[in-house]
Amino acid sequence: MTPPLLEVAGLRKLYPMAAVKGWRRAPVSWLHAVDGVGLTIGEGETVGLVGESGCGKSTLVRLLSRLIDPSAGTIRFGGADIGAVPARRFGRGRERAQIQMVFQDATDSLNPRFTAFRAIADPLRRLRRLGGAALRARVEEVARLTGLPSELLGRFPHQLSGGQKARVGIARAIAVEPRLLILDEPTSALDVSVQAVILQLLDDLKRRLGLSYLFVSHDLNVVRLLCDRILVMYLGHIVESGPADAVFAAPAHPYTKALLSAVPSIGDRTTRERRIELPGEPRSPIDPDPKVCPLYGRCFRATDSCKTTIPALREVMPGRHVSCHFPIVEETSPVIPHDRRVAVASGR
Amino acid sequence: MSVGISIDRRAVPLLAIDDLSIEFRTRSGIVQALDSVGFALKRGETMALVGESGSGKSVTAYAVMGILDTAARVTQGSILFGGLELLTAAPKVLDEVRGREVAIIFQNPRTALNPIRPIGLQIADILLRHGNVSAAQAPERAIEMLARVRIPDPKRRAAAYPFELSGGMCQRVMIALALACEPALLIADEPTTGLDITTQAVIMDLIAELAAAHNMATLLITHDLALAAEYCDHIAVMHAGQIVEIAPTRQLFDSPRHPYTAKLIAATPGETARLDELAAIPGGLPDLRRIDLPVCRYSARCERQRDDCVVSPLPRLSHGDGSLVVCRHPL
Repeated sequence: MTPPLLEVAGLRKLYPMAAVKGWRRAPVSWLHAVDGVGLTIGEGETVGLVGESGCGKSTLVRLLSRLIDPSAGTIRFGGADIGAVPARRFGRGRERAQIQMVFQDATDSLNPRFTAFRAIADPLRRLRRLGGAALRARVEEVARLTGLPSELLGRFPHQLSGGQKARVGIARAIAVEPRLLILDEPTSALDVSVQAVILQLLDDLKRRLGLSYLFVSHDLNVVRLLCDRILVMYLGHIVESGPADAVFAAPAHPYTKALLSAVPSIGDRTTRERRIELPGEPRSPIDPDPKVCPLYGRCFRATDSCKTTIPALREVMPGRHVSCHFPIVEETSPVIPHDRRVAVASGR
Repeated sequence: MSVGISIDRRAVPLLAIDDLSIEFRTRSGIVQALDSVGFALKRGETMALVGESGSGKSVTAYAVMGILDTAARVTQGSILFGGLELLTAAPKVLDEVRGREVAIIFQNPRTALNPIRPIGLQIADILLRHGNVSAAQAPERAIEMLARVRIPDPKRRAAAYPFELSGGMCQRVMIALALACEPALLIADEPTTGLDITTQAVIMDLIAELAAAHNMATLLITHDLALAAEYCDHIAVMHAGQIVEIAPTRQLFDSPRHPYTAKLIAATPGETARLDELAAIPGGLPDLRRIDLPVCRYSARCERQRDDCVVSPLPRLSHGDGSLVVCRHPL
């Protein structure tokens, strides 16, 4: 078996919360933004990352795209331990071109004083040292790949429509031939009429260029359509992972179940499953008790054991990992016998 | 003090917008933002205005509230609310109607709330202005309102500033503000944009529950068809400043009649099983500054467009059940 493209284990990012009181420094507490995350992304795989605001998605994305340094854990990319390279130096390294990002809102992430051409050419100049005719040829090639008419290349962002700006953002990211593309809510700023085209473009590019995607989104319906596998994050932990279809059909973690039940649908109201409400607010991410399950207090299946032992991510069904003492496992699905259940730290 | 106004809360319909056209004067020309918009809303009914950005949803809501930009000009039409013509009402009358009879929840509660005033006092302000309560009672009533929108520990939270609350909590405060005087009509302008989906569900349930308890009419403005489907009895679809279709929710999804409605449903990733089934709508909204805007502003994007689509006026087909389709060649 070939090793996965990206392999992450025990990844943590803690931020110090130093409160200065009077003249003395108060004891430092830590905000656990990402708390022991393991995941893998295979060649050509599309992995969806979902979770609500404050769950650590953005921190995880920044860690994986090597914009910030992890507090602990390893990030292996194509066999190399890129987690050990300081973020300051990573920008000049060989792997920078191999992991690229498509940012949330193209209006905000494109330089307003750069034309579309210059926006796409910039990473090519810096990372590929291209110039002159070769540069122009490559920019035009990726513009064609992303369906951006070449006569628009001379325009500034404010002269482009939302869909066209999204295409520039994607063209810029794929110009340097990355192997992994991290997409942070790439269609959230777009109208539904344009969203479909962009999603189909991404799917098409992945196939043609053999890319792997980490697709971050709050729109679960979009994730379901685009992704092979999904990771559900809550309070810095990955609480469930598995094939997208299977997770959507029968979520096993109580949080995933509640999350999916909150998705509005255009289907008939009367035939829908009841919505599960999670009472209260998430637990504080500042110095969390390492023994308590992050969902404890809001969970409808919790018992006393949930506050004495934190559940590890383990395989409850083939390919399905859940960090819960009481996963929701349907009678009909093939359950892994208890003695074969092993606690695993990876997301696969 | 209060001006004598005559709002008949039992008027049928409570809100009737008819033939409303609004234009905006801009440096680059006149934008024809609304073109002959009309719909009616009864007490206790919930209606959604859906459409892409720039379709005129918010302009319609702002026209009802009388809070349009100064560059806006109403060129024709009427907005009857409880028997009162809002478009010609005196500013003093409007001041009484707004807040007490019609209330609005804005999107992005953090910017809509006063950042430097505790939330309890903000609610008390509204009650003092509109709610016939004494200065002594107002703070207590404000705490009651916070409890009604299920803010935990309302007594302590009343002293909090908006920055101390989460987005979902701020939106609850917005709702408490809007509902403080038990209005007859609530306009919710993208009330859950920017909130998490579990929070969205809680907020929408709260609005629906309070609306039902007070037999309040709700106008939900959203770009999310699925959200409209979950919470509204009727849906009005807007495109480029025109209402193209109005229908009871189930009917709209089961048998859309306007080609744009059908496309919009097909573009919404909900029921679709595969990505390639997801439809895109070609083209974009027409430039509303054009002088020669076609009668049907969707015609340039429409697959069913034929030569006679340019003939004015467009047929407005109604079935009596409150449904309407404005199209020469409906499905």
